[in-house]
Amino acid sequence: MNPALPFHSVTLDSERCVGCTTCLKKCPTEAIRVRKGKARIIDGRCIDCGECIRTCPHGAKKAISDPLSVISGYRIKVALPAPALFAQFEERFSIDRVLSALLALGFDEVFEVAEAADYVTEATRFLAKASCLDGDASALPRPIISSACPAVVKLIQVRYPSLLPHLAPVISPMEVAARIVKERIHAGEEGVGVFFVSPCAGKVTISRAPLGYARSSVDGVIGIKDLYVPLRNALAQTPERRLSRAKSSGLQWGRTEGEAEALGERRSISVDGIANVIGLLEALENGKLKDVAFIEANACPAGCVGGPLIVENPFIARTRLRNRAAACVGNPSRESLSPEVANSSIAPATRESLMELGWTEAVKARSSLALDADMLKAMIMMEEMDQLVTTLPGLDCGSCGAPSCQALAEDIVRGKAVETDCIFKLRENVRELAGRLLALEELKPPGLDR
Amino acid sequence: MKYRYVVPGDDFSRAGKASSEIKRILGQLGIDPTMVKRTTVAMYEAEINMAIHAGGGVAEAEIGPERIAITMRDEGPGIPDIELAMTEGYSTAPEWIRELGFGAGMGLPNMKRNADELSIESAVGKGTTLRMTIYFKKAEGGV
Repeated sequence: MNPALPFHSVTLDSERCVGCTTCLKKCPTEAIRVRKGKARIIDGRCIDCGECIRTCPHGAKKAISDPLSVISGYRIKVALPAPALFAQFEERFSIDRVLSALLALGFDEVFEVAEAADYVTEATRFLAKASCLDGDASALPRPIISSACPAVVKLIQVRYPSLLPHLAPVISPMEVAARIVKERIHAGEEGVGVFFVSPCAGKVTISRAPLGYARSSVDGVIGIKDLYVPLRNALAQTPERRLSRAKSSGLQWGRTEGEAEALGERRSISVDGIANVIGLLEALENGKLKDVAFIEANACPAGCVGGPLIVENPFIARTRLRNRAAACVGNPSRESLSPEVANSSIAPATRESLMELGWTEAVKARSSLALDADMLKAMIMMEEMDQLVTTLPGLDCGSCGAPSCQALAEDIVRGKAVETDCIFKLRENVRELAGRLLALEELKPPGLDR
Repeated sequence: MKYRYVVPGDDFSRAGKASSEIKRILGQLGIDPTMVKRTTVAMYEAEINMAIHAGGGVAEAEIGPERIAITMRDEGPGIPDIELAMTEGYSTAPEWIRELGFGAGMGLPNMKRNADELSIESAVGKGTTLRMTIYFKKAEGGV
């Protein structure tokens, strides 16, 4: 990957885009500009939250994910279903049946991301304890912010760099699941392909350009919506096999509050929806959340079940996931690991192996905010910008292609737009020009002046 | 560069706008995030104080290449004993403010912790002027 050209899952379908301003206004990082009638994404600012996908009335914003055919190049094909997958189907189809149907689609094995989520919970709990110890240099500042949602991590990189030290430096359940499959279950084997079945566009990006570690063990990310129809068709016909191992706590990760509940931290706040996440991070940056130990923040409404690659309504899905998890609690064979699993080397039960789940690379600020690297230059630009804003109409109409008058002023001082991109400024100019033309018309050569 | 904001005294939900504007500006100037955070926390506390105790006021910020100087001016009841007000845990905030998570008596101490320089002039019955300076490069005295 060329770091200068970040890969994004969220992209524009030019054919469908009519150049309206809907996505422009909704983008939480002001990463969209309409140019030549199309809503272009500014790569350096996009956090892959999928808000534009959710709001585009023309279906012109989409998330690129891998097709099912991506699995064909591998000898052993392993599906990693996200908990949100099970919430797409009515509860009469058991989790075992959904997993069996995945095998019917061509996968050789399944490994539930919900199971891996429990290990992430363990690692986070370990970190939370460490940060309580007085004088521990490696202690995280409170509250610890979950790093499971890639859009939230990127939002913090772009808009809240002062909060980066709060992020739990732990790899995500998807990555843990992929590593367990490759490094433990199939250690040393060739041709093992691991595929995340994803509700999330951000996971597509993060599997190709990871944050916190150098290389992802995930070989492909397939959107739930792309598997939905074939899976739905396979469900009725597939004989049910006992495949599911994940506990209720891991399943719950797919909806908001599930992660905090799994952690069992009473002083935690769970927030979902990118606008609400922004509100909470603002409060945190203002120094307001003093008695909070843990923040679970999900960019999507209702959590991962509200991801842009899902089919079912997020709130229906959330209830289903809750019910499915509750059903697990009543089933002792699921809540305690089966002997063959408990005795295998899969579960990272030791302190050392939990630390293997830690980040190996720092997640740094992505500075798209600064007007210029040279502060004096930035100050001059800022003054120019402040002046410009006072001359703009302040309607934030979006007709110029920028989300607000403030953003247009910023684009102008950055040399990416001109004042007459504002239709009101343009009209002012036209009127002034018309006045000058009329005045000119009044002037006649002496020979004609009678 | 100078900025001036009116902090409302009648709409508590809007208190915090001035500090969030300043935060945006400092971010766009490329100021170190730690310093931005210190400024935001100190200014936000001052804004909230103004809204709770003084019925609003005026916030002014002057930004130079090396520092930001903030002046918060109100015509509220004033602070009778500044030293006492600076004590952690000392609060005169009413109950409803405490229920909102404010008024723990940490406002002024928190400002002092985050600002490099802090001075308060206050006259009972006339009002309070609070001045804070935060230096962008200086790393000491932070949170």
